[in-house]
Amino acid sequence: MTFSMDAFAAGIDLAAVLLLALGIKGLSKVSSARGANALAALAMGLAVVGLLIQIRPDPIAWLLIAAGSAAGGLAGLVTARRVPMTAMPETVALFNGCGGMASLLVAMGVALFDGGKSDIVALVSIAVSVFVGAITFSGSIVAMAKLQGWLDTPGWTQSRLRHGVNISLAVLCLVSALLLPGDPSGLPLWLLMGGSTLLGIGVTLPIGGADMPVVISLLNSYSGVAAAAAGFVVGSQLLIVAGAMVGAAGLILTQVMCTAMNRSLVSVLFGGALGASAAAVGGGGSEAGYTRITSCSAEECAMALEQAERVVFVPGYGLAVAQAQHSLRELSKLLESHGVEVSYAIHPVAGRMPGHMNVLLAEADVPYEQMLEMDLVNPEFPRTDVVIVLGANDVVNPQAKNDPTSPLYGMPVLEVDQARQVFVVKRSLGAGYAGINNALFEMPQTAMVFGDAKAVLNGLLSELRSMGVGKTKVAA
Amino acid sequence: MSVLTQSLWVLLLGSLLGLELIGKVPPTLHTPLMSGANAISGITVLASLTLIQQAGDNTALLVIGALSLGFALYNVIGGFLVTDRMLAMFRRKGDSR
Repeated sequence: MTFSMDAFAAGIDLAAVLLLALGIKGLSKVSSARGANALAALAMGLAVVGLLIQIRPDPIAWLLIAAGSAAGGLAGLVTARRVPMTAMPETVALFNGCGGMASLLVAMGVALFDGGKSDIVALVSIAVSVFVGAITFSGSIVAMAKLQGWLDTPGWTQSRLRHGVNISLAVLCLVSALLLPGDPSGLPLWLLMGGSTLLGIGVTLPIGGADMPVVISLLNSYSGVAAAAAGFVVGSQLLIVAGAMVGAAGLILTQVMCTAMNRSLVSVLFGGALGASAAAVGGGGSEAGYTRITSCSAEECAMALEQAERVVFVPGYGLAVAQAQHSLRELSKLLESHGVEVSYAIHPVAGRMPGHMNVLLAEADVPYEQMLEMDLVNPEFPRTDVVIVLGANDVVNPQAKNDPTSPLYGMPVLEVDQARQVFVVKRSLGAGYAGINNALFEMPQTAMVFGDAKAVLNGLLSELRSMGVGKTKVAA
Repeated sequence: MSVLTQSLWVLLLGSLLGLELIGKVPPTLHTPLMSGANAISGITVLASLTLIQQAGDNTALLVIGALSLGFALYNVIGGFLVTDRMLAMFRRKGDSR
């Protein structure tokens, strides 16, 4: 009986691993992503049920399991429902930090209260679990706080001092881990935990907001490693395999994101905030740097749109800040009903993290076939009549292609300067994230429409309606 | 020792599998994939459950286990639901509103 129960549980574990793997794989394709997410959730449920069958908790354990599950599950439910889509990066960071905290707690619990674990395997896995878990936790919380604007980038973190501080902390962690066998639940353990927590803060704090998604992705990979280490601590092979899988997949995703953002992982982690260094190189952008700016009204822009056959919108983070994606969708629907071909050009780093702009546009009901990735849309610009740039700057700067002295040189950009007419909707002539001037603004085919993205879009909508656009639409 | 060796093999093979699973990801999916992978890393619920079981009548361990279970489940439930919320919004042109 016991044997068949164990065999049954083992079968469930195997099924869970398989489904998890299929889930991660499916999440990398648009058509299968939603089902794959459900599959991964099912796998997780299976793994939990399998474990409960194996360990047969007693009533007190059940009580605590119920209490912990209710608190965590309910909080997760509420957070997932309530959080606005624009706040996605910090939400993932918060969830991830809690995962790291869980691994940290398990390892600390075993080390402090489960006496007699002094063999080298247990100690190594506890040390790794505490170290990675604490870094994941504190790093994720700092990342969240910085994305929320609760924390600035302190000046000292941009100097070399921070490397000294972080190296000292890393040495402290290593030394206390080495001292662990002498005193498995005493001072070294606490030093290790404190040092790792501070190290997580020290490494994350200097990193600028634009690079933060890469850091979150990396910390996400760490939390997989922390889970695998916790698997060694409690002796669960399912946990080891799942943690290792997520850790490795997270590493690949981090790499993919770095490539998309044209940043190397090393420069993200050790280079400091991009804005600070680029401003030093480019001397900072100021309005005085522009000499040949043409500005125009919403009315002129609307007239160009009315004449156009093919229009491409280039949304940037400014659009999300202005919460203008719904107005944009309305405008494009109006144009489509007028027979205009509309699409959206999505730069890999549009929004606050790769893929974030797609989520924000999807929230406004934009079909994903209309969101074109950079490689697809760039060849289309020469046959595009009107491009409207909304709250994007550096990602449409032609200097990244033609000017080897520009700090942006080499970054893949949307080649909107190839289009017949370009309108740039912008609040002012302030510089972009990299702090440099944008040659696009001074090109003959470019006109600036100054104003808040949402106000300008609504202005365009009313101008077009007063021209009679959309009225001819046949009732569907 | 054999359990350790076996666990190390599991670690190695799991890592290799993870490296192979994600090859090319369209940028559209970077955010949801990160969020989904993050939910999966909450698999550490298994460690929390095991800890509660191993605690016996050790109150401190039971409490720490329940606490870590709460944190881990927050990660799991929140992560899967928010990922689903994001993915539910991706629709094709023809899909009904």
